[in-house]
Amino acid sequence: MLGVLDIALYAAKAATTLAIVLCGLRLMIGPTAQDRILALDTFWICCMLLALLLGMRFSSDVFFELAMLIALTGFVSTIALAKFLMRGEIIE
Amino acid sequence: MSAILPRPGLSLLLLCIWLLLNQTLAPAHFLLGGIISIAVPLLTQSLMPHKLRLRNPVALMRLLTWALVEISRSCFNVSMIILFRQREKVNSQFIYIPLDMHDPYGLAMLSCLINCTPGTVWVEVTPEKHELYLHVFDLHDEAWWINTIKTRYEKPLMDVFEGAADAGRT
Amino acid sequence: MNAAADLSNWLIVLIVFFLLLGGLLIVVGALGLLRLPTFAQRIHGPAITVTLGAGSILIASMLLFSSLNSRPVIHELLITLFIFMTAPVGAMMMMRADVYRKLREQAKEKES
Repeated sequence: MLGVLDIALYAAKAATTLAIVLCGLRLMIGPTAQDRILALDTFWICCMLLALLLGMRFSSDVFFELAMLIALTGFVSTIALAKFLMRGEIIE
Repeated sequence: MSAILPRPGLSLLLLCIWLLLNQTLAPAHFLLGGIISIAVPLLTQSLMPHKLRLRNPVALMRLLTWALVEISRSCFNVSMIILFRQREKVNSQFIYIPLDMHDPYGLAMLSCLINCTPGTVWVEVTPEKHELYLHVFDLHDEAWWINTIKTRYEKPLMDVFEGAADAGRT
Repeated sequence: MNAAADLSNWLIVLIVFFLLLGGLLIVVGALGLLRLPTFAQRIHGPAITVTLGAGSILIASMLLFSSLNSRPVIHELLITLFIFMTAPVGAMMMMRADVYRKLREQAKEKES
């Protein structure tokens, strides 16, 4: 039964990595700037989930802190970029 | 009481977050978390629009449960459309929904719930007519959407955040 | 995964279910981001990844760590709370950026 859990973890990690690759493709081909920001937004969420999955794999708490940090900084960067596109300045 | 603890709910939430973050119930962390949860609401008090009063917590819980079911359901629907439908057949539209709610907390809650649901994205509330400008991924029936947002989301939120006195007016 | 020897079977089944569901939803969301034709449609793809995909992985993580440490480990709730508070704001800002930019481009075309 233990093997099943490992296989599922590998499958989830592979899926998340595939999602990161797809986001990277959209980041490269995205015709407009807001497409690229959307791709970056999805990119960091997938990275955060990958960190959580690695934490489950290695039974370690450090990865949780990593996921928390990625979540905190990623949100701020998305908001700043979107705000910049909206008005041309970040703080009005 | 209100001079030291202007927002008891927020203070309690901050204390819980601090204890969760440190994964402990040690007395020292209670003390440190207590200091933080008293200091932060006092320092940020002038940033809050006005005092938040939850009038009907039961209705809020019911709304959140319903929103969770709705998120799962529309998640499934949007997944099916992404995977199996021809891209030309997706009918994405912007629609206008007239809103009666004016409470900022209620509007913030409504925008969070709508944006969390896959398939709908809030764009903005038009300032002149107070209408919600909404983007729907696969629009089949505009009247159904307006009816759902008004009765399922807006009415419970008005009960929770604006109370019976304002609900009677509209 | 040596420490997982004492997990009961139904718990493993539950964790595996949430892991596979989460992985599937994450890929579907990213696929929507890549496959859909316009920006306003593309923004609905990642919403799946953010809500249910992330939610399933977080539930699986909570279940696994709680049973490994044989005490409730619920600090993943913090990330859940944070994501459900911030992801809608990000989606709204990006949508507004798109709408405003298109309006500006239209105004520029009308001038010229």
